[in-house]
Amino acid sequence: MERVAIIGIGQTKYEREKRGETSADLVFEAVTKALNDAKIGIEDIDNVVTVSNDFWDGRTISSMAVTDACGSYGKNVSTVEGDGTFGAFYGLMRILSGSFRSTLVVSHCKGSEGSNHLITNAIFNPIYERAIGLDSISSSALQARRYMEKYGVTEEQCALASVKNHKNAKDNPFSQIAMDICVEDVMNSKALSDPIKLLDSSPISDGACAIILADEWMAKRVTTRPAWVKGVGHSADAYNLGDRDLAEPDALIRAAQKAYDMAGIQEPFREIDVAEIYDAFSYQELLWSEGLGFCERGKGGRLIESGKTTKEGMLPINPSGGVLSAHPVLVAGLARIAEITIQLRGEGNGRQVDGAKIGLAHGINGACGQAHCVWILES
Amino acid sequence: MSRKKYPLLTISSEIELPYNYSLGRYGGRLVTELKHNSRIVGIKCPECGHVYVPPRRVCGKCFIEMDEFVEISNSGILQSFTVVYFSFLDPETGKKRPVPYGYGRIKLDGANSEFLCFLEESDFEKLKIGVRVEAVYNENRVGSFKDIKYFKKVEDGDPS
Amino acid sequence: MGQRVAIVGTGQTHHRSSRKDVNGVELIQEATSRALEDAGLRREDIDAVIIGNMDHFEGINYVDMWSIDGNGGLHKPVMKVTTGGTTGTTVAIAGYYHIASGLFDTVLAIGWEKNSESDTTAAIITCADPYWERPTFGGAVAGLAGTACEYMHRYGITERDAALIAVRDRKNALKNPYAHLRKEITVEDVLKSPMLAYPIKLLDICPRTDGACAVVFASEDKAKKIADKPAWVHQVSSRHNYTFLTDIERSGRMPTLYEACMEVYKNAGIRDPLHELDVVEMYTPSSFAGLVWIDALGVCDEGEAVRLVSNGVTEMDGELPINPSGGVISTNCIGATGLIRVAEAAMQVSGKAGEHQIEGAKLALATGFGGCSWSDVLLIGSSKPN
Repeated sequence: MERVAIIGIGQTKYEREKRGETSADLVFEAVTKALNDAKIGIEDIDNVVTVSNDFWDGRTISSMAVTDACGSYGKNVSTVEGDGTFGAFYGLMRILSGSFRSTLVVSHCKGSEGSNHLITNAIFNPIYERAIGLDSISSSALQARRYMEKYGVTEEQCALASVKNHKNAKDNPFSQIAMDICVEDVMNSKALSDPIKLLDSSPISDGACAIILADEWMAKRVTTRPAWVKGVGHSADAYNLGDRDLAEPDALIRAAQKAYDMAGIQEPFREIDVAEIYDAFSYQELLWSEGLGFCERGKGGRLIESGKTTKEGMLPINPSGGVLSAHPVLVAGLARIAEITIQLRGEGNGRQVDGAKIGLAHGINGACGQAHCVWILES
Repeated sequence: MSRKKYPLLTISSEIELPYNYSLGRYGGRLVTELKHNSRIVGIKCPECGHVYVPPRRVCGKCFIEMDEFVEISNSGILQSFTVVYFSFLDPETGKKRPVPYGYGRIKLDGANSEFLCFLEESDFEKLKIGVRVEAVYNENRVGSFKDIKYFKKVEDGDPS
Repeated sequence: MGQRVAIVGTGQTHHRSSRKDVNGVELIQEATSRALEDAGLRREDIDAVIIGNMDHFEGINYVDMWSIDGNGGLHKPVMKVTTGGTTGTTVAIAGYYHIASGLFDTVLAIGWEKNSESDTTAAIITCADPYWERPTFGGAVAGLAGTACEYMHRYGITERDAALIAVRDRKNALKNPYAHLRKEITVEDVLKSPMLAYPIKLLDICPRTDGACAVVFASEDKAKKIADKPAWVHQVSSRHNYTFLTDIERSGRMPTLYEACMEVYKNAGIRDPLHELDVVEMYTPSSFAGLVWIDALGVCDEGEAVRLVSNGVTEMDGELPINPSGGVISTNCIGATGLIRVAEAAMQVSGKAGEHQIEGAKLALATGFGGCSWSDVLLIGSSKPN
């Protein structure tokens, strides 16, 4: 694969409700920040990929609302409806084709504008499953329960992810919920859908994120701190929850393997310096760590207990505070890529992982992580 | 083994999805003017000079943020129109929208882009591109697009 | 950087107003299996899947995930792209870039829509701004009607002129076994049909269709092994310039279509599209659009399309046949419609279009339309691009 790098990133602050701003406003903010970060103008962007979802926006052709704001006038443009990591993947392919030197990828979501329950209920089969009232929380609860039962992972172990990540968020100016909590706080928090409790769950969020990808020729001219794309992979699992063993993240294992093969990584836990993974719920940090090969199957609880994934540990996971601390849907995956880029540049300030040279960013799509996308970036 | 015929069923349901759309600061300015001043405002791009209505933050062509609001006339020239005859479900209300109704694109004096609005006239034979139309406001205005009741033809106006 | 891309197989369902015998996933699976069969491939041979439709029509969120059983993507990379009416061509363009990137060698691109399961107009209305546009907007029909009204004023075309397009396409559909509407109509039929939104009458506008289409894209190396006559994708372009329904520039040829066509022609070295192209599969949502936008293809002067059409230039036996498949006026399963244009263009240059084959077709143009006047354009040929 030819060399492509991330040369610019922009994020809005993630908040519970950005009432005064439309989605277009958020997109414009993120895009402008990314252009300023890369020190280029919109005329240097060859093509644009937007990432949005009609249900989340309450708008058919959700990309139409942001056409002006994403700077795509007079340019080739497309829209991916899925997590930002998948949108960035498409942006990458458009450069690798040789047709474009640079791609702007921008994602937005205003979770505050709609009903999370009804929107995620619409993911499920209208004939067999919706009437049960499944949504993102209750379906994830099924997965959490299955995972915990199968491998003896405990709620307390899952809670450690929430404790760690909310504390990490204190050093991330973009994050939404930064706080010092302990396992007992998580255990005592309101039950949403057993075993998921309020503090095990990511919040509703509004926000946008933009990244600019460029080929080697442009990257070398524009920046001294490119984040090179070393490996990428994505894969999807079965749709019906009953067709999968929810405790087995097969799609993630496949996606990660593809990314590792491309990047030449053989021992992920040892070789990767920092990881931003999609922890929409606390149990997910444990389960996805296993799928990424950071530990053996079933040992996700032991891994987090070991302290090796704290900011000072061997492989810090989610120094940004992760998705648990800010969850604008679709945007969160792109934000993981942005955060890794920040780490590789050494610009993380309070959340910086010392000497980070190789980073992993991860996004999920669909219920219970039906599809996963993994990125390996290197400074 | 005989092939049994199974009935081909459909399951019907209505999905009601509630949304609170942010109007944003630019739209907010326009509804305020409509409500309090029976007035329309647009926004001007500092680079190309295009005046957009309704006002928005970014000029798409120039990719520049705009902040110069300009007052737009309540009167303009009809650029295009249609009269809708077929009845359809209005997603905003969940009920059929009453038909026939006429609406059109109006180039208000002072604006470059066009304003979509209802027309008083719903007989297409009585409408013509190029006629002058002007806004008729509701007595009780609440700060909404519908504060403008419709645009009516100006009988003795300049037709083109 | 980049590898050549070819279309090596296509599949379509037999498009109908209502397919009560299948659910959405099964409808998709029909097109998918037909495309694989056409290419002589099995699901195992596919490296990635791309799918598109318009969410609110079927009321299903994350359709790429929901349709896994039917889209062939189980345990593979699956992605959804969607851009309203242009979805079908956007899906095709995504298929192109998947292969051109070198990361995949065989990719399945799927477009579908089960319009019978939805309220099309209500859903389309939500594409408009909730405050400033939804109260008046009457869906695609009303939007296209306003444009048609303007075209009549600007170019002096009549409802009778526009009807020629509907008549042409509906006649062509008789030779396309997949087309939805397969009954010939006359200009008088069009003029007498019920008025939906002035000046658009029932027979001026595309129908609502249940249907799916799948296209297999392959890299050069794979294409040579799979297909006798691959259809090479020479150029792709899109312009989705506008946000509000009224943003489009009001003078000149249809801006996004013209810009996208000019980019394609420039990159392909085409100077005289009227004579260099052999066939066009054009996304014509209404008869008026189908008439006026011919000038945006660069094949005649602005406003001159009536002359071209009246002289039979765009008939099946004319200099530049348009819509030998019957076009959008005969079949409109929205998420698939743009992709069907691409599939039909590929079928033409591969000699696989059966009864509606244009003899000796070597270079075909496929266009997509949607949203607030967005356009995509693809150039497909029987010989390899440079």
